[in-house]
Amino acid sequence: MSTSVSKCFTLITGRTPEQGKGLHVGKDSDVYREATAAVMMGEGDMAHLGVKEGQIVRVRTAAGQVEVPVRAESLPEGLLFMPMGPMANVLIGTGTEGTGMPHFKGLEAEVEAA
Amino acid sequence: MLGILNGRVYDPINGVNGEVKDLWIEDGRVVAPSDVDRGGAQTIDATDLVVMPGGVDVHSHFAGAKVNSGRKFRPEDHRGHVRARGSTPDGSDTRWRGGRMGMTRSGVGYTTPTTHLTGYLYAEMGYTTVMEAASAPLVARHTHEEFDDVPILDKGAYITMGNNHFIMRCIRDGEREKARDYVAWLLDATKGYAIKVVNPGGVENWKWGQNVARLDDEVIGFGVTPRQILTTLSWINDDLGLPHVPHLHSLNLGQAGNVPSTIEVIEALDGRRAHICHLQFFSYGGEPGKMPRSGAVEIAQAVNAHPLLTVDVGQVIFGEATTMTSDGPLQYRLHQLTGNKWLNDDVEGETGGGLVPVLYKRSNAFNAVQWLTGMELFLLIEDPWRVFLTTDHPNAGPFFYYPRVIKLLMDRDYRAEALAGISARVRRGALLPELDREYSLYEIAIITRAGTARVLGLKNKGHLGVGADADVTIYAPLEDKEEMFAHPRYVLKDGEVVVKDGRLVSERPGRTFYVSPPHDPGIEADIRAHFETCYSMSFDNYPVQPEYLPHGDVVACAGGGH
Amino acid sequence: MTRTQESNVFENVVCSFCGCLCDDLAVEVDGGRITRVRRACANGRGLFTHYDPSPRRPRVNGREVDWDEAVAEAARILSASDSPLIYGLSSTATEAQRKAVELADRLGAMIDTTSSVCHGPTGLAMQAVGEPTCTLGEVRNRADLLVFWGCNPAVSHIRHFSRYSVTPKGMLTPNGRRDRTLVVVDVRPTGSTKMADLFLQVKPGSDFEVLTALRALVGGKELDAEAVGGVPLSQLRDLAERMKTCRFGVAFMGMGLTQTGGRDLNVSELFTLVAELNAHTRFTVIPMRGHGNVAGADQVVTWQSGYPFAVSYSRGYPRYGPGEFSAVDVLARGEADAALIVASDPVAHFPKAAAQQLERIPVIALDPMPSLTTEVAQVVFPTACYGVDAAGTAYRMDGVPIRLRPVLPSVRPTDEKVLGDISALVQPGMVM
Repeated sequence: MSTSVSKCFTLITGRTPEQGKGLHVGKDSDVYREATAAVMMGEGDMAHLGVKEGQIVRVRTAAGQVEVPVRAESLPEGLLFMPMGPMANVLIGTGTEGTGMPHFKGLEAEVEAA
Repeated sequence: MLGILNGRVYDPINGVNGEVKDLWIEDGRVVAPSDVDRGGAQTIDATDLVVMPGGVDVHSHFAGAKVNSGRKFRPEDHRGHVRARGSTPDGSDTRWRGGRMGMTRSGVGYTTPTTHLTGYLYAEMGYTTVMEAASAPLVARHTHEEFDDVPILDKGAYITMGNNHFIMRCIRDGEREKARDYVAWLLDATKGYAIKVVNPGGVENWKWGQNVARLDDEVIGFGVTPRQILTTLSWINDDLGLPHVPHLHSLNLGQAGNVPSTIEVIEALDGRRAHICHLQFFSYGGEPGKMPRSGAVEIAQAVNAHPLLTVDVGQVIFGEATTMTSDGPLQYRLHQLTGNKWLNDDVEGETGGGLVPVLYKRSNAFNAVQWLTGMELFLLIEDPWRVFLTTDHPNAGPFFYYPRVIKLLMDRDYRAEALAGISARVRRGALLPELDREYSLYEIAIITRAGTARVLGLKNKGHLGVGADADVTIYAPLEDKEEMFAHPRYVLKDGEVVVKDGRLVSERPGRTFYVSPPHDPGIEADIRAHFETCYSMSFDNYPVQPEYLPHGDVVACAGGGH
Repeated sequence: MTRTQESNVFENVVCSFCGCLCDDLAVEVDGGRITRVRRACANGRGLFTHYDPSPRRPRVNGREVDWDEAVAEAARILSASDSPLIYGLSSTATEAQRKAVELADRLGAMIDTTSSVCHGPTGLAMQAVGEPTCTLGEVRNRADLLVFWGCNPAVSHIRHFSRYSVTPKGMLTPNGRRDRTLVVVDVRPTGSTKMADLFLQVKPGSDFEVLTALRALVGGKELDAEAVGGVPLSQLRDLAERMKTCRFGVAFMGMGLTQTGGRDLNVSELFTLVAELNAHTRFTVIPMRGHGNVAGADQVVTWQSGYPFAVSYSRGYPRYGPGEFSAVDVLARGEADAALIVASDPVAHFPKAAAQQLERIPVIALDPMPSLTTEVAQVVFPTACYGVDAAGTAYRMDGVPIRLRPVLPSVRPTDEKVLGDISALVQPGMVM
């Protein structure tokens, strides 16, 4: 196996229509699981990492790591998007800097093919 | 059956001035002595004690959207002003929402106390009825939700209408009957008590970044004037026979040299019943844009000459205050003047407003003039039935300083001491030192309960005649009037002792007074159309549903309808 | 809400999914089930059509029990607890929220709402610098410039553009969309940026600098930079000029500001910019309150405790402590020994280390739907859903309260009922 390239991204988490739909169907549903276990990045970044649509990638932050499929989206270089949910929350630490609000957007994340 | 025996009763509505008499109460009402079976009766020995009706506050911002924004945006107001949860002495109170609470709620706040604490503080001060000074119609539901969490007090809400699009359009089109039907509909839809007018036309103009300064200025986009808004709403008030009178926050609040504009308003209301609230803020002489001086002499003269006018003073209390009014442009101006944080809220098609924290300092010349002006108004307006005690809570100061104002009015030495503490520059040449009038207990009873109940049209409040609600406050006759009025010996609400020796001993829900004047049902089609063009909410979902007034009490209107 | 006589069609139904609180839905009910929902977005439709109104019983330790037994167990857990946390409250009505705060008062508990992970920082900003705002109808009637900053209504508040902000025709906006300029500021293209007249793409984590630059430009200062936060100066100058010269500008803000590095400082900077714009024209800001009735939770917790979220009653009176009494912090530090979760799903939405704590302490959960939190809870109350089969009050993102009415008959108790019953049974510990 070739050595995989890794890259540092800024990770943001947030809502998507599929994740929203999953909320209604139920959080134990496949719809929800599939909607919330994925990361999105720009095509350029995917090429840089040598990964293809749907390939499993490892995403690591200071708080933890997950392995999820990657999807291409219109995102600027270096920006990683993950739908909010239990998978994304593995990557979010509990520090709130005295505000009560965890750092849900703007974390440093390292990504490589799994 | 409860007898309050041998007390010195002050009941100005019934002409009772310190007479020693017994008071008998049954089923929450005052009953005639002849109807009394003294056999099984409980009694309170009120020998040497002063007995008055429970206090009736005619103007206070204590519940609703604006007030809550004030609470939220001033956490610094609350710290150090706390009350822990407690228990009622018998450990249970089966009347509070039918549940077994057994506990009084904790609360916080100084200028913006939380809901339960507000009820407790007013009750402990001997007040039993408080009117919420301004509710925007669109969020009246919020007022009623908070009312339900303010224990003990009977309440009502004034509904702001002086910048209402439907009304202004009717005025523009010469259709005052239509405006009248709309107002009747609106009062019922909001379960409100009275017509409130705040800076008529000025709040609408603020949505263009402007204001009004005189009664004949134009309201942008409507081609009507503040004068027209005022006189139309005054006519509507009379035609509907509402129990209260139009309650008016005039133009140019807080501005140096606003005396002429206030006189203009008083004259525009000549021959009509009306109430100008927190008059102190509209009574500054001097040049616009410069340091004001007290304009109390001119304003008091005008009030004295217009017998249909009532006012409340809005006395400044030195210390922290939170300004909160529907007067959008005023609040922006305060933000610019003080640099303090500013909340603004423009309400679609209806009104607006804002909040800014302020600090009244004795050494500040402007604040000293404000304090002086209020005091002078109290002492220069001759008829106590027409001048009422308020601090426009929390705009000029918190309501729990009413006892301090009472002392200032009853004790000229104390007043002189207080005067000595304010800005020397303002003291020199002030009129106040020459005003040695002292209010009597009888007059205090008028300006804090009898007069206010009367102008509100609350027939069972503010007096202790047969049929009155048994809201009674019993005071020890102390030399120190602030102490006397701050800590009544007993406070009864609907015949039940709720406060004893300054402590809350029982808790019960209060009533919400509202009016429901008849309106031509045909108006609803017009209003529905108006909603479709102007509002962001469905007409059908707008009216406050009966569920929000578990203790609603409709007060009859005297109007002939149409 | 009106119900036509011939068919079971409810008009002017209120949807409580998000802070839009749209109140113009039409819901058809047939044979006790919701068969059609009109004028709702996908989220609103989902709320109504995926709801299971069947009678369900509470569970204690996985076993189905009667309501009384579950209430007794919940009361026992809370009474025995030294440091209980009450959390959530967003997807429930004010009537229940009031009961929750009363319970916290009685217990000496901590109480926090989903605000702490949503617009809590917005509240902090409002407390620091104020908030010039308005109701949504003013946007419809007056706004000719809209600036959406760090939010994506196309996904989170799907009918916002069409019902409230971008397309509706109003008093001064008779041509609807054509009378408005739509500016969207975000770190990436989204469904919302696609609809914008102007899209300002900012570098992640640089909203504060961009906002400061705008304040400087609005204040007439020159900037010695070619770009700020990845946005060319020319674009910033253009936006500043538009903001100063519009008739009535409205900004809307969301998680892009509250959840990134500066949190409340980002929001304070925007609120200050908006306040300063009022020296030139009229400008307001409306936070895009999200989840259900979180705006109502803010109001209720504030009017009863004085503070909007992150409150502790442990000394017998309310104390305010974002970062101290906020749920994520409390759970992360292991400072709660029991949790009562109402109408929200922290196991799904909290950072993992905090969510895991909910598997180590006794948890009582009230929710109309099964969730990741109800899965781990010791006591689960499947309550009614306000606005579907229960009546109650919710507050819109702009503070307007609307009554939610049921379209289905009630078969399960409400959060209000369950919380009231628990409250009546708890034996609070001593106040220190």
